[in-house]
Amino acid sequence: MKLYEKTACELINDIKTKKITSMELVQSIFNRIDTVEDKVKGFAHIDKEFAFKKAKEIDERIAQDQSVGRLAGIPIAVKDNMCIKDRPTTCASKILISNQGEPYKPPYNATVVEKLEKEDAVIIGSSNMDEFAMGSSCENSALHSTKNPWDLEYVPGGSSGGAAALVAADEVVFALGSDTGGSIRQPASFCGVSGLKPIYGEVSRYGLIAFASSLDQIGPITKNIQDSALVMDIISGHDPKDSTSIRNEENIYGRYLDFLKNDISGMKIGIPNECFSEGMNPEISNSILNAKKLFKSWGAEIIDVSLPHADYSVAVYYIIATAEASSNLARFDGVQYGLRADNAENLIEMYFNTREQGFGDEVKRRILLGTYVLSSGYYDAYYKKAQKVRTLIKQDYENIFKTQQVDCIIMPTSPTPAFKIGERLDDPLQMYLSDIFTISVNLAGIPGVSIPCGHTESGLPIGMQIITDAVSGTGLEKLFRVAYTFQERTDYHKRKPNL
Amino acid sequence: MSEITNKDIEYIANLSRIKVTDSEKEKFASDLKQIVDYVGKLNELDDELNQKGINPTLHAWEGKGTLLRPDESKESINRTAILKQAPNANKDFFSVNKIIE
Repeated sequence: MKLYEKTACELINDIKTKKITSMELVQSIFNRIDTVEDKVKGFAHIDKEFAFKKAKEIDERIAQDQSVGRLAGIPIAVKDNMCIKDRPTTCASKILISNQGEPYKPPYNATVVEKLEKEDAVIIGSSNMDEFAMGSSCENSALHSTKNPWDLEYVPGGSSGGAAALVAADEVVFALGSDTGGSIRQPASFCGVSGLKPIYGEVSRYGLIAFASSLDQIGPITKNIQDSALVMDIISGHDPKDSTSIRNEENIYGRYLDFLKNDISGMKIGIPNECFSEGMNPEISNSILNAKKLFKSWGAEIIDVSLPHADYSVAVYYIIATAEASSNLARFDGVQYGLRADNAENLIEMYFNTREQGFGDEVKRRILLGTYVLSSGYYDAYYKKAQKVRTLIKQDYENIFKTQQVDCIIMPTSPTPAFKIGERLDDPLQMYLSDIFTISVNLAGIPGVSIPCGHTESGLPIGMQIITDAVSGTGLEKLFRVAYTFQERTDYHKRKPNL
Repeated sequence: MSEITNKDIEYIANLSRIKVTDSEKEKFASDLKQIVDYVGKLNELDDELNQKGINPTLHAWEGKGTLLRPDESKESINRTAILKQAPNANKDFFSVNKIIE
């Protein structure tokens, strides 16, 4: 096995026991990047010089037997919407790139970046995304589009498509994504990797450029579920800088690796009948039915459950998320950072021109929609109603987890495998519907993970979602237990694309 | 079915401070109409919402209270570092076009 193919859990020991050096690993990763990145294009920004400098420094400390962090020497990427101090952070948008072509370089680190650096991870760059995380295919990036490593004519999913593609193509050991309506889980399923959206508030959002604040959450995209637990151990925790981050009441932060138990006997696993409606891709439903059989043979009790309001989740989401986005994106006005249109006669015109030139079509469409649903006369009809239906969607899950006492739900991550580049670009609504199985999890604030559970006949990966309750101790414990058991007993996550 | 006209787009584009050309107005009006028609399916739930007296969820952790930290002064990010990223700034401030004639 090549160094660049290994997982973080394997590599951290190799480095600490001096079996390999961080320099060797970073060199192996950059050799891989040189071979495949022209095809995949998963990076938004890359800093080779920084990576080698940091690796050298870590190797020197290890050679002198000084203490190093838990991720010492591991090359990774973070999505381009997380602030890295003094390094390009652009949300894949022209509005964060100046007239002179200079990308925005934040004067501070996002809390997750701070935590990764404290553990001596080597952040070699940031990963490509749909502009401001608005999209399901990575085609809305103003930088370039990313390709699916399993078939370069297909999208990697979105919005964290760059992160998922880089992990699948072995160009980084793991990456951080962000998930507002499925943006970690859907690309993870399209690219055949593991992608976790934690409980809302489990990971600090400080320094994550906001899209929809009541839904956004950062999480790991990794080669297996063990690595997800390792990364969660490091990035989770209450942060005084993010008032929505959960305090450590149940004392779970730092205990995720303990949740990896290869045993699901006696667990109650719910499968929503809504997922097998007409029009569902048969290869996807067969993979989920296969997983169901496996879980049953391993001693789980399979329970029929129902999410009667699931069908309304996309409608609720596109009201709430765009409303919050229209307000969050007001800060991009040409005054404080990034682009300023230079053809304006006065201040107001400068705002108009900057936002016209800086935002792409999808971002404009969502700001307009968000402004519309919040505007006078429409607030009650759209925004307030959507928030009420959000309550019904939350109650659907509460019924399953509390009344029916189900431990976890499994369902497809996406109704289809990866689609072709360009296929849904002219049909925003069709694009929005690709998130139908992931969105309700964000609306309810509960955790969900996508792990590989099969492949289509043409060789594209299929993802299965495992969803649990938001109770911070037991919910995550069950999620990790089910996902880990599945990966210990199957090989779907070990298959690699031919690049 | 909702009606979203070019005039509506003009109005919300103005609120959003986004300049739109005439052809963009057409395109956005037709896109938004399609999406607004789709989200109209929420009206099917009107009876259920009324009968059950459902309250809106503003936030996933509603009911758990807002966390407030003590109001203590702390060092913040250096002003020069922030202004360095601005498209136009003098020593202490962001600079913009003249606002008052």
